[in-house]
Order: sequence, then structure tokens, then C-alpha cells
Amino acid sequence: MEIDYAKEGKEARQTIIEMVIAAQRGHVGSAFSLIEILLVLYKGGILKVDPKNPHWPERDRMILSKGHGCLALYPILCDLGFFPREELMLYCRPKGILGGHPEHLKVPGVEASTGALGHGLSIGIGMALAARMNGHKHRVFVILGDGECDEGSIWEGALHASKHALDSLTVLVDYNRQQSYSDVSEVLPLEPFAEKWRAFGFSVDEVDMDHPDRLHALLLKPVAGRPRVVICHTVKGKGVSFIERNLQWHHKAKLTELEIENIFNELEI
Amino acid sequence: MRKRCLEVVYRLAKKNKDVVFVGSDLGVGALDELKKELPGQWLMEGISEQHIVGMAAGMAMSGKIVYFNTIATFMTRRCFEQNIVDLGMSKAKVRLLGSGGGLVYAPLGPTHLAFDDIAIMRAIPNMTIVAPADAEEMERAMLASELWDGPIYVRVAKGGDPVVSKTEHGFALGKAILHKQAGDVLLVTTGIMLNRALDAAKLLEAEGISCGILHVHTVKPFDAEALVAVARDAKAVVSLEEHTVLGGLGSAVAETLLEAGLERAPHFKRLGVPDCFPDEYGSQNSLLEKYGLNAAQIAASAKALLSRSEVKC
Repeated sequence: MEIDYAKEGKEARQTIIEMVIAAQRGHVGSAFSLIEILLVLYKGGILKVDPKNPHWPERDRMILSKGHGCLALYPILCDLGFFPREELMLYCRPKGILGGHPEHLKVPGVEASTGALGHGLSIGIGMALAARMNGHKHRVFVILGDGECDEGSIWEGALHASKHALDSLTVLVDYNRQQSYSDVSEVLPLEPFAEKWRAFGFSVDEVDMDHPDRLHALLLKPVAGRPRVVICHTVKGKGVSFIERNLQWHHKAKLTELEIENIFNELEI
Repeated sequence: MRKRCLEVVYRLAKKNKDVVFVGSDLGVGALDELKKELPGQWLMEGISEQHIVGMAAGMAMSGKIVYFNTIATFMTRRCFEQNIVDLGMSKAKVRLLGSGGGLVYAPLGPTHLAFDDIAIMRAIPNMTIVAPADAEEMERAMLASELWDGPIYVRVAKGGDPVVSKTEHGFALGKAILHKQAGDVLLVTTGIMLNRALDAAKLLEAEGISCGILHVHTVKPFDAEALVAVARDAKAVVSLEEHTVLGGLGSAVAETLLEAGLERAPHFKRLGVPDCFPDEYGSQNSLLEKYGLNAAQIAASAKALLSRSEVKC
């Protein structure tokens, strides 16, 4: 499926900013970082899901383990028809279903409640094991943040995925090299990152997310006999010059008129 | 009790292909018959409680009923956040079978003493907490667990506790059992404290003090209605738990009685581990005695409480 990632990316970012203006909450930088990963999965036809039947047992599962990136997920799920458009503007409102971290019992299309970091990989492993027990062939995708890989539970999960040779499992790391306080290399260095995953028994690929089609091509090729990880080289805050790599935008959600104007100028299609 | 608990897991797994057993790093041979006969429903996943609870939740979200067994302290303390987010928030059908609930592992020290497990799990919405009195009640609780919604924490005591529960009382999760109609004294129990309470009641009755026993095998959801119905006729209510007096059965009883606003509120005392780390080794029995939980001590506490009530009158 041919996707105009530049156009789709700008549209998603526009929607996200509209939601943040309304709610004055959200992790903009973290969300902008992973939009292209989600576009490849959901709009590139990698994920087999059915918005009309979100609990279809044989659907592929996608867990956004870095739940604070959910602002990127909501507009895409909405576009696919998982929930009505009005919900987007109820983001973080008392009666809305879309919170600052996603909850699977509230939001159709969200497979696990995340936000506390270090949970999604193990949940995904459980889903992949259950699928194997049930004789189902669907795939399980888990998106991790790089800062999230500070959590020991991620590496517990990595050991187990390898033990069970879970080749239906694909881990995608949003590797923008920044976390809340500072650079990953300063807070808790992860390098040599690819080597760590290899040592844990994963098939490892790295991809520059300036070229989302490369991730798409990678995910079409199956890996047999072991779990896989794709380290996605991303840019925190991608898409708006003064948000990119700017740590203030990990939490910043109260936007000035000038910022809003400049953001929409840069996101003009 | 643990043996019976795992036997029921085996029976459930044979009957229902969605039942899966997960151990951490259990003793050699744990549920070997299940491993041999239904290897696809048996997992031994290592010393990684955080991962296992998350994994179990993922399996439950895919239609499985997961029974996870390890030592009680590790499955309540180590992975508390997974218990909250992955099990409680998700209403996942995961059954946590916590071995050594209470003071069973006395010789091993406070790292292994699950004297806070009920308080920890009680704080989690949607979590059911069951502490059976003996192997027979464990069997009834485990059989009921198959169809129960949401996560369950099952406190598993050591083997060989006397069987004091009775088939004729029936069993339903969330419903307390009135073992003896309340008299002047009402003892409220959970777990193996039922057998201590029965002995204590005999001692009290030998002295002419009538004593009822309400056994609360399901601490959460707490059967407030049953408690209030029997406590209103008692002069003294004593809660008995192999657990800190903070946040467990005694707290549930206190909260319920106070909020009930009874016209003639009984005097009340919590017996259990005070707010401290047990500082002796020894045995389960020696620690229970240290904290005033043998039958004679329970009877004496009840009498003392009753005498306060009589002075007041």
C-alpha cells in the first residue's frame, strides 16, 4: 500500500496539536517521535485489524508500551474508524475515553493499558504465547521507548521472548535517544543497544525513520525461530523545527499563540 | 494445602484447555503430571515475577485463565505495579497462588514472611482475596475460581493444617461462613485462624462464655452484611489474622463495624502482627504465640475485652 508519509504525518501532527490546545496536556515530543512507526503499522497494512470488530480473536496485536506516546495513536485509530472523531476533542476530559495514557477497557483498538513503563513487552509475550496455544497465526507488535528500556522488566521479557522463540513477536524501539530529563546517553546509557538485543537472542534490524518505507519493507519479511526487534532511529518532536530534540517538549502542553501559529505554518500541507 | 491447591489446578487444566499453570522457579517436580500430560498448559518461567504477571495478563486478555504460583511475598511485593495495572485495571483472569502466606516461613525471616500480603492486595480495585482455612476449603475456593471474573489472590498456607471447614456450610467466593452463632463473643477469622478460633471458643465455653465464629475466607470483596448481622448481638468482637493488624481482616472488620453505626456497638480488638517486622525466627507456631494468636491467648484476649464491656454496663 502506497502511503504519503509526509502528508499523513503532517495531518496526524496537526490533530495532535489541536488536541493539546484543547486539553493543555500531553507528551508532544514523545508522540511526534513515533508517528511514522504507527503509520507504517496501521496505514501501511502491516497490522491485520478490523475497526468494526476490535475484538476479532485473530487480529494482530499492537501494544504501545510507551503509553505516554498515545497522542500519536489516537488520531490514527480514529482515522481507521475505531471510535468517532468527537472523542479526539474530549481528550483528557472527564467523560472522554482518551486519557493521557491509553486504557484498553475504554478505547477500542487499544490492546493494553500502559503508561507505567516496562509492562507492554511482557503482556505482548503473553498474547503471543496464548496465540501459539490456540493455534492462531497473528502477530504481536510492541513499541518500546528508549527511556523505557531502563526498566529491568523489559530485559526479563527479552529473556522470555527468546526462551520461547516467539517469532510472532516484533519489538519496535522508538530510539530517539532522549528521555524526560536529558539524553539517554547521560541518564542511563543503552549502547551498545543492538548488541544487547542480539545477545538476548533477538533478530535485530535498525532503520532510519526518515524513510518509513524501509520499516515497511522490513516488516513484510518474516523472521523464523526467534523474536525480532527493529531499532527505529527517530527524532523526538519530529516534524516541527523548534520542537525537534527540544527536551522542554517532553511535557510542554501549554502553547502560546505564537507557538501555535508557527507550528501550523510548519505543518502546512 | 498447597498440594491440594495444585491438584485442583491440574484437574481444572484437564477439563478446560484455557487453563494454564505458570510457576516461577518452584521445587523440582512441581505439577509434573500436568507437564507430562498437557505440556502446552504448563510453564516454568524463572525468577521474574514482574514479567510473569504481565505475561499472565496478556494470556488472560487472549482468553486464558492463568494460575501463577510462587512464594507469596514475591508475587505481592515485587510486582505490585503489575498486579495493579496489568491485573486490577485490566480485570484479568489471573489467579495468584501465594505460597507461604502468613508466618509459615518463620525460619527464613521477614523477606519471606507474607504478613502484609492481604493489605497489599486489598488496595487493588477488582482484586479478590481468598485465604482458605484448610485443604478442603482450598479445594472449594479453587474450584470456584474457574468461573470468577477478574484477578484473585489466593493465600496458600503450609500443608498439614487440621481440616476444620465443613462441606455442609457450602462455599461461595465473597460469602463469609458462620461457623458458630454469635454469643457474647464473636471471633472473626481468615485463613488458618479458623482452627485457632474453634479451639479458643471451646476454652471460652468451658468457662461459660458463649462464643460465635464468623469465618471470612474471602477478605475481599468483604462480606459486610454477614458481619453486621452477627456482630450486632455480640458484646465483644475479636478479629484474628496471621497478618499485620494494618490493612487486613481486622481493618476490614473495624471499618465495617464503625460505619454500620450499631446502636450497641461491641467492643473490638484486632489480634495479629503489630506494626513491626517479626524479629525472631523459630516456627510459625512460635511466632503466632509471640503475637498472641494461640488458642489460650485468643480466649484470654476475648475475656479481657468482654470484661471491659461488662464494666461499662
